[in-house]
Amino acid sequence: MSDDNAGPAGAGPLDPSPRPEAARLAGASVTFGDRVLWHDVDLTVHQGEFVAVLGPNGAGKTTMLRVLLGQIPLSSGVATIAGHPVTKGSAEIGYVPQQRAMDALAPIRGRDLVTMGVDGHHWGPRWPSHSRSQKVRRAIAEVGATSYADAPISQLSGGEQQRLRIAQALVSQPGLLLCDEPLLSLDIRHQNAVSQLIDQSRWTHNVGILFVTHEINPVLPYIDRVAYVAGGRVLVGTPDEVMRSETLSDLYGSPVQVFRHNGRIIVLADEERAPHSHGEHQATTRD
Amino acid sequence: MIDFSSIINFEGFSSLVPLVSGAIIAGTVLGVLAGLIGPMIHARDLAFAVHGTSELSFAGASVALFLGVSVTTGAVAGSLVAAVVLGLLGVRAKDRNASIGIMLPFGMGIGVLFLSLYKGRSSNKFGLLTGQIVAVDSTRLTTLCLVAALVALALAVVWRPLFFASVDPAVAKARGIPMRTLSIIFMVLLGLTTAMAIQLVGALLVLSLLITPTAAAARVTARPSALCLLSIVFAVISAVGGILLSLGPGLPISPYVTTISFVIYLVCLPIGAWRRRQGWSRRV
Repeated sequence: MSDDNAGPAGAGPLDPSPRPEAARLAGASVTFGDRVLWHDVDLTVHQGEFVAVLGPNGAGKTTMLRVLLGQIPLSSGVATIAGHPVTKGSAEIGYVPQQRAMDALAPIRGRDLVTMGVDGHHWGPRWPSHSRSQKVRRAIAEVGATSYADAPISQLSGGEQQRLRIAQALVSQPGLLLCDEPLLSLDIRHQNAVSQLIDQSRWTHNVGILFVTHEINPVLPYIDRVAYVAGGRVLVGTPDEVMRSETLSDLYGSPVQVFRHNGRIIVLADEERAPHSHGEHQATTRD
Repeated sequence: MIDFSSIINFEGFSSLVPLVSGAIIAGTVLGVLAGLIGPMIHARDLAFAVHGTSELSFAGASVALFLGVSVTTGAVAGSLVAAVVLGLLGVRAKDRNASIGIMLPFGMGIGVLFLSLYKGRSSNKFGLLTGQIVAVDSTRLTTLCLVAALVALALAVVWRPLFFASVDPAVAKARGIPMRTLSIIFMVLLGLTTAMAIQLVGALLVLSLLITPTAAAARVTARPSALCLLSIVFAVISAVGGILLSLGPGLPISPYVTTISFVIYLVCLPIGAWRRRQGWSRRV
């Protein structure tokens, strides 16, 4: 039940004509010692598809990304990127991390950050290259960061830094974008702008997107499917299929209520095993 | 009151300079080396590790002095032990700093013990702590140049992924950069550089060549290539300038080296503040 076929829509509801596969987990399980983090997960992300990974803290959302990055091995099942088994440092993957205060010690500009996305992992000295700087310039322009690309990155706002990070992830033309809480610590306005920018990359770069977030609402207008991680299982389906009281109660194994209000989704659980409320307080107070 | 001319004077300057040409070459090489590795120390937030490494290097050198073997070898051995230990501890500053704090006084203690046991010339003892570049002989100069070439070459190879790993670890790791291996390689290079710097400015003042020039450069630029170039220039000015200024008064070079690098930093502070007020470059 914890797979693509859980919902009535089958494999990829918004995806009638099969597109190339960006990433796939099949019968995938992760165990740490005796503890099973999640098991028998089936999830396919196609190119051009936007999938949000939701779930409470510690359920293993980020672990899913780390499996696809080749940093954590599966205890069973397979994980593939563009049809090939996962490897460390796959060129097929663009990675957008959380916005963290960039170390003020690191004296780099946004342009340098994006350049590292092109060839920062190569050995040997970096010789000047016209095509590289052009690629970087284009990527920066695409995310609208040209005006501040030459300022020290530590002086940029969180939203500006995330735009540059998206450019950094896309500049290598990956087929898959893995985003790990890229909206965290951004204000609502920047959350919306960054979500929109990431959504656009499906059309401009034809990437499949796997987007880990604890808050569904900023990305709700864009996502095709949700992968909800809780209680050792992962439930995959459209937001309408997954974000329902009965489905989530079953997944959590305890009562969960899902409300919809003005196009937003609010998830509430009983105090004891509270999953989280998808940051709705923040959203409503600001509106 | 101190006579100013006892600190700064150029008595017999032109006749003294040729006598210390070896020292000036050593100062230049070391300045370049320090300026080259400085930005990486800066990016990895390793200032305290440099201090720790230099104390262990000092311990190694004192043991070597006591045993009557090559001081350079001792300094390098001490540095490498520190480097490998710190490299294995990884890049997290929090865990690292406590371990350095534990290692540093231990190394210092070993160093002091063996210096006290040493029965030779006392200027040798003082030199290990505060520098004795005038005593640079051709063997030591050759060693310095060879090590510097080795470190520079290795840095050229690892610089790009190492810099990525230092300033943007999350994405660097996702791109498959071998973080731990690079961390150890870098600490070994840092250990070698520290062991060389100790012979010029002494264990106590290594920071003024490895940290201050880059810190000054980072105030005024955010461009990695400019940072590297400026920190080399600042480090060379400090090292060579310190040697030259110490000639007339016949005092140790370290106060001159540290003062010059500190003054450069002080000059860079307001320039950086001014650039920030101007909105840095092309920021709209």
